[in-house]
Amino acid sequence: MIRVVLPFHLRTLAGVDGEVKLEVNGAVTQRSILDALEARYPMLCGTIRDHVTQQRRAFVRFFACEEDVSHESPDAPLPEAVASGAEPFLVIGAIAGG
Amino acid sequence: MSTVRVLVGTRKGAFILTSDGKRERWDVDGPHFGGWEIYHMKGSPVDPNRLYASQSSGWFGQIIQRSSDGGKTWEQPGTKPGEPTTNPDGSPMGQSNKFVYDTSSATGKPLTTHQFYDGTQHPWEFKRVWHLEPSLTDPDTVYAGVEDAALFRTTDGAKNWQELSGLRGHGTGPKWQPGAGGMCLHTILLDPSNPERMFIAISAAGAFRTDDGGNTWRPINKGLQSQYIPDPNAEVGFCVHRLAMNRSRPNVLFMQLHWHVMRSDNSGDSWQKVSGNLPTDFGFPIEVHAHEPNTVYVVPIKSDSLHYPPDGKLRVYRSRTGGNEWEALTNGLPQRDCYVNVLRDAMAVDSLDSCGIYFGTSGGQVYASADAGDHWAPIVRDLPPVVSVEVQTLP
Repeated sequence: MIRVVLPFHLRTLAGVDGEVKLEVNGAVTQRSILDALEARYPMLCGTIRDHVTQQRRAFVRFFACEEDVSHESPDAPLPEAVASGAEPFLVIGAIAGG
Repeated sequence: MSTVRVLVGTRKGAFILTSDGKRERWDVDGPHFGGWEIYHMKGSPVDPNRLYASQSSGWFGQIIQRSSDGGKTWEQPGTKPGEPTTNPDGSPMGQSNKFVYDTSSATGKPLTTHQFYDGTQHPWEFKRVWHLEPSLTDPDTVYAGVEDAALFRTTDGAKNWQELSGLRGHGTGPKWQPGAGGMCLHTILLDPSNPERMFIAISAAGAFRTDDGGNTWRPINKGLQSQYIPDPNAEVGFCVHRLAMNRSRPNVLFMQLHWHVMRSDNSGDSWQKVSGNLPTDFGFPIEVHAHEPNTVYVVPIKSDSLHYPPDGKLRVYRSRTGGNEWEALTNGLPQRDCYVNVLRDAMAVDSLDSCGIYFGTSGGQVYASADAGDHWAPIVRDLPPVVSVEVQTLP
């Protein structure tokens, strides 16, 4: 099971509390996690990545094992700790300004 | 007795204010969608319990919400968790927040760029929905005015949206440019006497009209003046802030232009200035009395640099002569130290016999008058900054 932590507003949209647990088929990557997340919670389509281009929205960031992986390829394998469920995949609303 | 429901969109959520026809005691329900910007909410004239809301965030983008019970509960159309996300043919199920500009060859236009702040050409980029206008005849059909300026329509209750690309494609698109608030399509007026006719307005492009249900459009800006546009015959480029009409006389339009209050008696073919004795003719909202088509309301704002009322006095101005002659309405409104703004979609009227008028401010107040503006009182004082106000009059 992959563990995903969503920011407050997306948890509210999806109607979930706490972490989301997902089955991901094949390699565990940003894309495969988001595909599984949007399939389970279609109301999140377009809120994390663009509907058409599939690019990450500008003020959304991805973290894994305390590393910012936002600029990694969406098809790059995520750390084994995320793939095994030992660590969550974090979707963060970026904070800017004071 | 009738009920009045005031739909208030704010920077931090939606609120629904309800009263009986006396409009003296109000129930305040909300916030709905707390923390999200609600640019607009509006109910279907056919089914008043069918509401649509534009919910947006700089982080997470656009969401469309729909209610079938007058705002008690809401859903994102077509996106229930656990349901299939594709149709049997593999096409996606409802994607209520998917606003994709039409670039198909079938429409015959590349629809690629508009003028940016620095004068260069810039590609259209969807940012948010500013205005939702439900159809006058079908609760599942809604028009959406978006930024960057374009008009979309749904015919399935907001599950899917398609652009009416004839508007952007009619030829002047490369000359449109964003106003200070962005390049937004903020006004959609449906002609109750002609289902093929509708009016829209864009800041800063101008006003446009279709006479064939949205397939083709033409600018209707003749007579508008702008100090920033030296060409007196410019077809587009005008920073129209809002349009208004009375349903009984849809060929007469009123406009709050960036500067100047304007009137057209021929469905926008030409405009005349009717600012008259207003203390300043800069402002955002404009509205028409529900039963008196010559009674018009504006909220003068000191200037485009200051965006607050002159002299610290919040005054609605009313003309009972269709413009030019204006009177200040002040009873119950703050007449000192008031520096709020009233945004373009933040004023509306009810349709009770004694017409009520309502507006919301950037300070979070929603004021109501049950006697056409003679007396005012706040319904609420401390909401987040108000972006939009709509009113439903329920039997």
